[in-house]
Amino acid sequence: MSNTKIVYEKSKALEDVHLSYCPGCTHGVIHKLVAESLVELDILDRAVGISSVGCSALNYDFFTCDMQQAAHGRAPAVATGIKRFKPDSIVFTYQGDGDLGSIGIAEAIHAAHRGENMTIVFVNNAIYGMTGGQMAPTTLIGQKTTTSPEGRTEAQAGLPLRIAELMATIPGATYIERVSVHDPKHVMKAKKALKKAFEIQKNKQGFSLIEFISTCPVNWGMTPKKAVDWAVDNMIPYFPLGVYKDKLAGENK
Amino acid sequence: MGKVLMKGNEAMALAAIKGGCDAFFGYPITPQNELPEYLSKHMQANGRVFVQSESEVAAINMVYGAAGAGARVLTSSSSPGIALKQEGITYIAGAELPAVIINVMRGGPGLGGIQPSQGDYKQITRGGGNGDYYLYSLAPESLQEAVDLIKESFEIADYYRNPVMIAVDGLIGQMMEPVDFDHEVKKWDLKPKDWVADGDRKSHPKNIINSLYLDPTDLENHNLKLKKKYDDMKANHQRYEMINMENAEIAIVAFGSTSRIARTAIQLLKEQGVNCGILRPITIYPFPEKAFKELPKEVKDLVVVEMNTGQMIDDVKIATMGTHNIHFYGRVGGIVPEAEEIVDAVLKARGESNE
Repeated sequence: MSNTKIVYEKSKALEDVHLSYCPGCTHGVIHKLVAESLVELDILDRAVGISSVGCSALNYDFFTCDMQQAAHGRAPAVATGIKRFKPDSIVFTYQGDGDLGSIGIAEAIHAAHRGENMTIVFVNNAIYGMTGGQMAPTTLIGQKTTTSPEGRTEAQAGLPLRIAELMATIPGATYIERVSVHDPKHVMKAKKALKKAFEIQKNKQGFSLIEFISTCPVNWGMTPKKAVDWAVDNMIPYFPLGVYKDKLAGENK
Repeated sequence: MGKVLMKGNEAMALAAIKGGCDAFFGYPITPQNELPEYLSKHMQANGRVFVQSESEVAAINMVYGAAGAGARVLTSSSSPGIALKQEGITYIAGAELPAVIINVMRGGPGLGGIQPSQGDYKQITRGGGNGDYYLYSLAPESLQEAVDLIKESFEIADYYRNPVMIAVDGLIGQMMEPVDFDHEVKKWDLKPKDWVADGDRKSHPKNIINSLYLDPTDLENHNLKLKKKYDDMKANHQRYEMINMENAEIAIVAFGSTSRIARTAIQLLKEQGVNCGILRPITIYPFPEKAFKELPKEVKDLVVVEMNTGQMIDDVKIATMGTHNIHFYGRVGGIVPEAEEIVDAVLKARGESNE
């Protein structure tokens, strides 16, 4: 078989294990993008990932780089501790919408505010997946969850929080973009954004956050295909994709 | 260097630098502010890390990250701030990371006051956060002792891969005393930190810092592994001082600033013909149960003196198992007991047992 050649293989930044995610969930795709970015930028052997609390809590077993598991919402603080002590390391956090948008909003804002040279991978699926489908800060109006059984209302729970827009207002942040992984074209675009974020960190140019619009078929009560359609039809209109801050380009969108 | 006159909080800060502290993360709170203020200047000047965090919760999680990356890390706070830090402290203990935490205690509960207190005794000696863990907890009574113990605490934390708590009160934080920073402290037998997750994969295989064990058998084994450390602390590293115990007929049990005042009280008692000793716990976890076995047979009454409502009494009862009469005198709210009050408490206890 000397004329065979490998045209595609699993990233060496991912362990050869079964991921703990549900069928149709986009965490797997996002993991792949993180892994490929680390390899392609040649920063895997100095990377430390921070697992948070939520569906991705176990991803310290999925990435092949050093990993630290953080308390709920505290990943940016843990990352700060590592990065300040080891400024040449590449530090990323991987956080969901409950972890970052709710309990950990202070840690996320202040890591950006201090201009910590780190990258946040923020996965927004508009629900608490791990705990069984409770309302998240990003749950849409009318969206049914186990703690908004009649659908979220503004009067009872407020309007969904737009994290990318919020983080873009922080003076210390360098790069903020919202992406989606609902089709191959957007996956490629998302990878470009993530690579850019890691490149900024590699160049010691400061704080970056990439928000991923993600799906949760199980807790949304949909098939994977329907969940993707629902994200496109409902989430993206409320959470528009795009670059919200690019300090290096010298202008905000 | 010889002795220098320094304020407690600043002396403790310098002691941390002398102890090889690589990084400090903290949030302002009275009465410990001079400690981070001092470090903000001197850590960065020495190429070390200083970050004023957005909250105590963030500070302790920064400690977790830096400790997980192999740093010798310090945080300091005072009672309400230490309560906030419990989240991170239990993760640090669970993930087996070394860290030093200084608690300059003030009165509580709630916002309480800003004057000296020993009101966090239970919180400190029972772990403080969720789950089965303990902190090796040292309660110095003077600035010199605080400096020596802080220098050594980084060794202890590294040895056990467990947080060490330095439990002082606002009195020690705020007072000035001459201190010698060059006292030799015990060097512990430390292994290389081959477990760090600092991203430096050229030096070591993949490491994971973690306190999550979803399999009950794994978690039980982890709990038992942690217990072994605490058992070792209890068996081998209780610390205490017996003061004026030879020929004593009665004894005070007191730690930290309170034992300092008790030293004056026993002089006053001697003038009245009463020979009173002091059993001074230096470790409040592990509690120095061994010291109680060394009490002279003549001592039947123990007067526990604290700046709280009697939080140490349970430990004294456990250590003595009903062999002694336990009395108590305490002041709270930030009021420091006078030596004369302690004298009266001892005389009252002695009178009661002579009736």
